[in-house]
Amino acid sequence: MTMLLHPSLDLVKNIPAIAADWPGGFWWHWLVFTIIIIAFVLVLVMGYIYIERRAMGIMQARLGPNRVGPFGLLQPVADAIKVMCKEDIVPIKADKIVHWLAPIVAFFPVLMIFAVIPFQNGAVLADLNIGILYVVAISSISTVGVFMAGWGSNNKYTLISAMRSVASVVSYEIPVVLSLAGVVVIAGSMSLNQIVLAQNIPMILFQPLGFLLFFIGALAEINRSPFDLLEADSEIVAGLHTEYSGMKFALFYLVEYAEALAVSSIVTTLFLGGWRGPLLPPWLWFLIKVIAVFFVMVWIRTTMPRIRIDQLMALAWKFLFPLAVINLVITAIEVLVFPAGLPWLLILVNLAIMAILILLWSKLFKLGGGRIEV
Amino acid sequence: MKFERFGTGIAKGLAVTIKYLFRKPITTQYPEERLTTSRRIRGNELVWDRTKCTGCASCAKTCPQGVIRIVTRVNPATNKYDVEQIEIDTGYCIGCGLCVEVCPYNALYMGRAYECAKYQRGELVQRDDTLAESAERQASGYAHPEVAARLPQQTLLLEKDRKKK
Amino acid sequence: MTLKTEPYVINIGPQHPSTHGVFRMRTTLDGEVVVDLEPIFGYLHRGIEKLAEERTYTGFIPLTDRLDYLSSMSNNLAYVLAVEKLARVLVPERAEYIRVIMAELQRVASHLIAVGSFLNDAGAFMTPIVYMIREREKILDLFEMVSGQRLTYNYMRVGGVSQDLPEEFLPALDNFLEQMPLYIDEYDQLLAENEILLARSKGVGVLNKETAVNVSAGGPVLRASGVKWDIRKADPYSIYDRFEFDIPTGTNGDCYDRYWVRVQEMRQSLRIIEQAKAQITSGPVRSEVPHLIRPPVGEAYGHIEAPKGELGFYLVSDNSIAPYRCHIRAPSLLNLTALRDMIKGWKVADLILIFGSIDICMGEIDR
Repeated sequence: MTMLLHPSLDLVKNIPAIAADWPGGFWWHWLVFTIIIIAFVLVLVMGYIYIERRAMGIMQARLGPNRVGPFGLLQPVADAIKVMCKEDIVPIKADKIVHWLAPIVAFFPVLMIFAVIPFQNGAVLADLNIGILYVVAISSISTVGVFMAGWGSNNKYTLISAMRSVASVVSYEIPVVLSLAGVVVIAGSMSLNQIVLAQNIPMILFQPLGFLLFFIGALAEINRSPFDLLEADSEIVAGLHTEYSGMKFALFYLVEYAEALAVSSIVTTLFLGGWRGPLLPPWLWFLIKVIAVFFVMVWIRTTMPRIRIDQLMALAWKFLFPLAVINLVITAIEVLVFPAGLPWLLILVNLAIMAILILLWSKLFKLGGGRIEV
Repeated sequence: MKFERFGTGIAKGLAVTIKYLFRKPITTQYPEERLTTSRRIRGNELVWDRTKCTGCASCAKTCPQGVIRIVTRVNPATNKYDVEQIEIDTGYCIGCGLCVEVCPYNALYMGRAYECAKYQRGELVQRDDTLAESAERQASGYAHPEVAARLPQQTLLLEKDRKKK
Repeated sequence: MTLKTEPYVINIGPQHPSTHGVFRMRTTLDGEVVVDLEPIFGYLHRGIEKLAEERTYTGFIPLTDRLDYLSSMSNNLAYVLAVEKLARVLVPERAEYIRVIMAELQRVASHLIAVGSFLNDAGAFMTPIVYMIREREKILDLFEMVSGQRLTYNYMRVGGVSQDLPEEFLPALDNFLEQMPLYIDEYDQLLAENEILLARSKGVGVLNKETAVNVSAGGPVLRASGVKWDIRKADPYSIYDRFEFDIPTGTNGDCYDRYWVRVQEMRQSLRIIEQAKAQITSGPVRSEVPHLIRPPVGEAYGHIEAPKGELGFYLVSDNSIAPYRCHIRAPSLLNLTALRDMIKGWKVADLILIFGSIDICMGEIDR
């Protein structure tokens, strides 16, 4: 896509690419990166738990946890130790194998997403040339784990909650995938490393509508506020975590934050320019951007109330899905018609289109058989 | 229903929350920092002055819970009643302060303490000279303005958290 | 071939994070939709009406604090008004002004909790309730300055109030009145126009006018349904006829209207407090009434506009030191009888929200 690779805009000319089998052969590369990914995920998830509790506390005019360790930094460690010492209770009539396997099936796909995310130029575990397709496919497997948890607990409330979860994840896959397709069309490749290299201007400016749709859809997929009706205590107890205790509960908790980490990594890579940035080393830019995206998620969680299950479905099918389709069509038209056009003009055009579409669609959006007008 | 406001309501809410990130939190880190309680606090343990008490038992009659028990005997030398034993069950006391209000001789005061947990239930029943005023057992100014005038001012959250117009 | 479904019964039990107190509901659900609801209460019954027959008239005042424990001053005031009607006692003027200031401050405090927990039930993860509890702490500091305690004040007496205001009260009240409207505006900005809240609460749980009047609902629940009825204007007690204030009324009777009516009532209360503070006189705060009062034989009903509705005390006296019979008309109980009509056809998540918008307190319902 020549518009993005315009030579006058190339700010990061001389970043050396790390070879595909650094440091020495295939198996060493695999080992080093596996260790890096596991360490990255575990440490950053703990950091996320800390950031969420602290930032949410300060936004609510109180302090977050600040007793364990300096500034409360060891709080997630204390939580982890506590949860490991708890008794593991399994209901009598539960389906034992399903109940035991569910957290594992829910957790591993999330770890596997990180295999294609570039931390630096070429620093990926496996630079697949179908990167985005791999990500989308793998992330759907953890839904199976969630459903297994709901079924295996022998409890009608968890079953309701698991079915809702499956329904909402399936509905939100489509707008998410379509907005990703918009990015792929502009960048010309599905490999995540190539997409980052192709972003002289961050993709968020070219695809503002796509970014919004992806962000909202991803928030719904990982069941975070304002879509966290599955863990709400407005429902009858805690949703699918009800019958889990001890380390299995810790795994579900970890899954929730690891999915948030995965989504923020994907958003950073695809829309915000990955590891690109002027002065600091690239992996530091990656960390900063990932934490910034998570901070926005925490901010949204602190402010907004929850929406109901039927409103959730209506939002997916009547609001996000048509907008995603229109976004894809317009992007395709732009790529065909203005292949070498001025980037700034295109940015403005895209922003204008996004504003008009959102306004128009909000006027037309009706919920629940058109009861009372707001 | 239509989203006629297309997202501006959400944006306004987000603006409010982010401003709080830059304000000082109002938490008081107990037990290292404590707030000064009111001058008229109706604390847990009562304070009794043996020299002023005449054993009229107005406090015992007024108490809604029946917490105070007074035993008197005649003192033939002064031809007056002496209080032989006074027993107050602070486990039953609801801290209403009616006994303090009604005492005609200013012999009874509310206490200022609020952290009076004990390990055994028997220790909640307090008698005679444990009820005298001391450094641990300060008298509060409820229904006694002269005591209230000597106590420190209360910390108010209003002063700590001011909002500029 | 159609799928056979049958409704199932779920017990939303007494221990639950979202019911306001120990309240149990047996709901019959058909899928997600609520078909029937049976409320079961009585888990907090303490026999307060019977205890009244064994305490003196003044000794019962601390027990009335514990009825609706979130608005103690109003309970005290209603009871004391009933006794004053029975014993024909006059109240000095400074005491009347102090009573009005306390009652209106208490209304603001109670509505803060009501609005905060409504928004918490809607799912906003504690943020609105934390902000509102902070404002309530400021009011509780003022109450602590006057009466010595923060929740059960025991401040009103037969014939006035128990003690005079300390001299730092009125400057602190000035400070509070200056800042509170700014904070209410901030809460409006936070959540009043939020689309998610509007989608969750507009049109949900509608209580129409006839039903509201038929079940004897009162307070914000009645006013949100469009009925302009406030005891402070319809049957003025104390000195409310000297103040100028509006009565906010809703149009639809849905959850959003109840929330909106409460926020507007907070603003009107601040207006009343300002006027009372400007007009306050000096003088005694308690008329010469003995501690053990023996009213003549008769009966009296004293009622006020409590934050939750019409709170009334019906006292029968037989010229002894304790009432012969005391009956308490609890507003939350009567508002709750409308719950079944409001809830039919809505989903479980709405059930919690509608229940939260009625704003009950179990201490009153079970007595």
